[in-house]
Amino acid sequence: MIAARDLLDRARSGDRRALGRLLTLTERGDAGAHGLDGLVHPHARGDATVIGVTGAPGTGKSTLVGHLVKEIADAGGQPAVLAVDPSSPLSGGAILGDRIRMDGVAEGRAFIRSMATRGHAGGLALAVPGALRLFEACGFGPLVVETVGVGQVEVDVTRTADTTVVMLAPGMGDAVQANKSGLLEVADVLVVNKADRPGADDVRRDLEHMLDLGHITGATQHWRPEIIMTTATTGEGMDQVHQAIQSHRAHLTSTGGLEARRQARIHQEVQDRIAQHLDAAAESLLSTQPPELRDALEGSQTPAAAAAKISKRLLSNQP
Amino acid sequence: MSGVPVDPVYGDGPMPGEYPYTRGIYPDMYRSRLWTMRMFAGFGTAVDTNGRFKDILRNGGTGLSTAFDMPTLMGRDSDDAVWSAGEVGRAGVAVDTLADMEDLFADIDLSAVSTSMTINGPAIVALAQYIAVGDKTGVDRARLSGTIQNDILKEYQAQKEYIFPPRPSMRIVTDMMRFTTAEMPRWHPVSISGYHIREAGSTAAQELGFTLANGFAYVEAARAAGLDVDNFASRLSFFFNSHSDFFEEIGKFRAARRIWATWMKERYGATRERSLLCRFHTQTAGVSLTAQQPEINIARVAIQALAGVLGGTQSLHTDAFDEALALPTEKAARIALRSQQIVAHETGVASVADPLGGSAYVEWMTDEMERRAVEILDHLLELGDGSILEGVYEGIDNGWFVGGIADSAYRFEREVNEGTRTIVGVNAFTDSNDGDDRDANLLRIEQDTEDLQLKRLAAVKQARDGEAVRRALEAVGHAADDPSTNLMPPVIDAVNAYATEGEICDTLAGVFGRYVEQAIV
Amino acid sequence: MAESPEAAGAGREAPIRVVLAKLGLDGHDRGLKVVARMLRDAGMEVIYLGLRQTTESVIAAVEQEDADVIGLSMHNAGHLALAPRILQALADSGLDVPVVIGGIVPEADVATLKELGISAVLHPGASAVEVAEAIRRSVA
Repeated sequence: MIAARDLLDRARSGDRRALGRLLTLTERGDAGAHGLDGLVHPHARGDATVIGVTGAPGTGKSTLVGHLVKEIADAGGQPAVLAVDPSSPLSGGAILGDRIRMDGVAEGRAFIRSMATRGHAGGLALAVPGALRLFEACGFGPLVVETVGVGQVEVDVTRTADTTVVMLAPGMGDAVQANKSGLLEVADVLVVNKADRPGADDVRRDLEHMLDLGHITGATQHWRPEIIMTTATTGEGMDQVHQAIQSHRAHLTSTGGLEARRQARIHQEVQDRIAQHLDAAAESLLSTQPPELRDALEGSQTPAAAAAKISKRLLSNQP
Repeated sequence: MSGVPVDPVYGDGPMPGEYPYTRGIYPDMYRSRLWTMRMFAGFGTAVDTNGRFKDILRNGGTGLSTAFDMPTLMGRDSDDAVWSAGEVGRAGVAVDTLADMEDLFADIDLSAVSTSMTINGPAIVALAQYIAVGDKTGVDRARLSGTIQNDILKEYQAQKEYIFPPRPSMRIVTDMMRFTTAEMPRWHPVSISGYHIREAGSTAAQELGFTLANGFAYVEAARAAGLDVDNFASRLSFFFNSHSDFFEEIGKFRAARRIWATWMKERYGATRERSLLCRFHTQTAGVSLTAQQPEINIARVAIQALAGVLGGTQSLHTDAFDEALALPTEKAARIALRSQQIVAHETGVASVADPLGGSAYVEWMTDEMERRAVEILDHLLELGDGSILEGVYEGIDNGWFVGGIADSAYRFEREVNEGTRTIVGVNAFTDSNDGDDRDANLLRIEQDTEDLQLKRLAAVKQARDGEAVRRALEAVGHAADDPSTNLMPPVIDAVNAYATEGEICDTLAGVFGRYVEQAIV
Repeated sequence: MAESPEAAGAGREAPIRVVLAKLGLDGHDRGLKVVARMLRDAGMEVIYLGLRQTTESVIAAVEQEDADVIGLSMHNAGHLALAPRILQALADSGLDVPVVIGGIVPEADVATLKELGISAVLHPGASAVEVAEAIRRSVA
């Protein structure tokens, strides 16, 4: 068994390799088995600012994150980035390419970890907060989580953030599409990138319109997401994005929203972990071929009825 | 060979030399003048390459074709410790300052030769250096003749030798077009190159569509910069790949001429005939050469060369059979040249213009290549809201070009893997003895070159007026900051002050930024 | 019931993580991209760094990404200069991560590279199976 304590000590004293290893344990879901959670807990009280960045492919997220990280480092922070990309549903493999542009801008000033979704939502939902706690325990912050805003899984990941930046760009998924996919619901700051392109103003107008109509439900507690026009390739507007994130955080702090979000996150994680426990229990129970499963397989019982009976046994903890 | 008399051309309909020039840009094609057999030279220090140039001129050649080493191509000086170590003078000649360009063309009358320079990202520096050599040796700029590749768009799509982001890079290209149009009527400021797009893995139709799109993008950019299409279009030229799928290649070349002529006339309003002609250089497909049983590459190259000639190329470079392994040896380069001489003088294909014209298959293939290329052009027009230039920018930015090429390359590789595509010597007809003699006689460049070049550069830096360099670079920076200023004159001033290529590019990057590509795999 | 959900999840084999990069100025990335897809299709996670990486940026990626193996593409006959550099940098950082090289490498140099400590050398035209096998063997 890997000595988690030793690795954590090394990681906390600046050994990046050790932190890399610990992130792998967390990502594999091995953290609990190694007692890592408990070791990390005293050092990660959830004080680090977490910024989520999401948007359709091609909107320029990695470049924006690169600039953001640079702003954070310039302001004396120790940025770390979690870049989440989907795994191939066919092979389970993935090509993780976010580092290139991020690092091209940030020039080695951030710890960047690429993470594949690895096919199951539950695993990712637990791996992300685990990784963020590790970063915090090792003195990193603010933290950035970048995801492709294409599926529910990826959008959900942004709920681990205090402030979520949603990126749009002309031609790359317009405001209406973004709204449909649920992206706008999680937006605290809206960025229209490629502002130098024709159509950028239309995207902005559509967003304003939706804000007016209250379509952007993330606009709670009297917060109206700011719309910022950027050109990530030249860095134009990046300081405004940084400022908007900070003013959103100030707003959260003053309204108690920060604490509310934090509690909601913990609530969510507890729920996710329960779900995972139940999932694992169900899997192990089913592997024993209980009679209800056999009945369902033979057709003498409906799957729903079988599941109801098995669940009842499972929850009364009498396998 | 048996002496049967043949006419210069056969068939009916639009003939060679007639709009839309599908069958060729001249009425009698090679009967009056063969294509130019152009071979690349460039290795080691400028002095080494100057020796090779003089050999070429002594042997009756009039065209000099320059290959630069990787640091020069990427705007890095030879003494750049991070990027240049181990690369200096390896794949071409190292040119850091005007002093190197002076060495490169020492004792060569620039008014009597035509020079081709294969360089893109820092092309403005290379052209400025060439102009400065002319100025110093008393050759009027108007008499300088040649081509600089300077096709920056395909760098983002395929070859990846970019320095700055696309838009400022295009500003540099248009500044160069404006400058050469005004002062250098015999200079070709851009050679629009599909070659590298194909080498990166595209299909023939993608090579055609992307390249023509880039060509139209330069036309749009030049027009936006205030140039009249008829004033510069005739000095645009093309550079295509000739691969092994024989009829597809021929169809591609024929379609290129037809589309270029039609679009230039109808979409861009060109009126002079010379503005409508798609002139191109062809090189055989380096990527088709195999490391296995390398000698059989000689046959591949010959067949590809024949396709280029039957497609109506204006000049041709044939690859050396050992290029899959290393830089070509002299013997291999000679065989390559001899191969095109056989096509020219023994096969008789040069006697008749467009000898395949009228073949049902060739005409169908030409139409098919045209259809596929126009599909690409239409897509870009849509992306760019009616502008090819904007569509190309967008396609670069959203990874459409790179992704399309990667898809094609992967498909090709899978077909070879799965055996549905046969590559002789690789997945069929393999030879168990292969590999033993792979290394015989490979050309290796000595480390001495790098040391020599470093000394040379240090000496130049020592001798120059540091204050003048600083002022000249400052002027370059100011010009870069002001889009209404042409960059060419201040860059010429900077090279005259012996500012290095790296210093000039760093100054420009300070204003323009450096391009980092996104991972489109 | 399983002692912890993580233990149940841990039974699944985690994908091999490969850092793919090209050192130096050479811009030929066709092979690197094809290999990236081959490895993805073989179920691996490819951290794609692409062109113009330095030994420093590769090492940083290996550490942060906890890569199991490094794949480097070389085309410009720079392998004899670049391979020792990356191996030295790995040793200096205390990293024991295998390096696989792909590209045009003359036969005579393959033995030299292996003596230096390169795990495997893949030539152009290597099949998807060969590429994935070489990576798997190097981490085994």
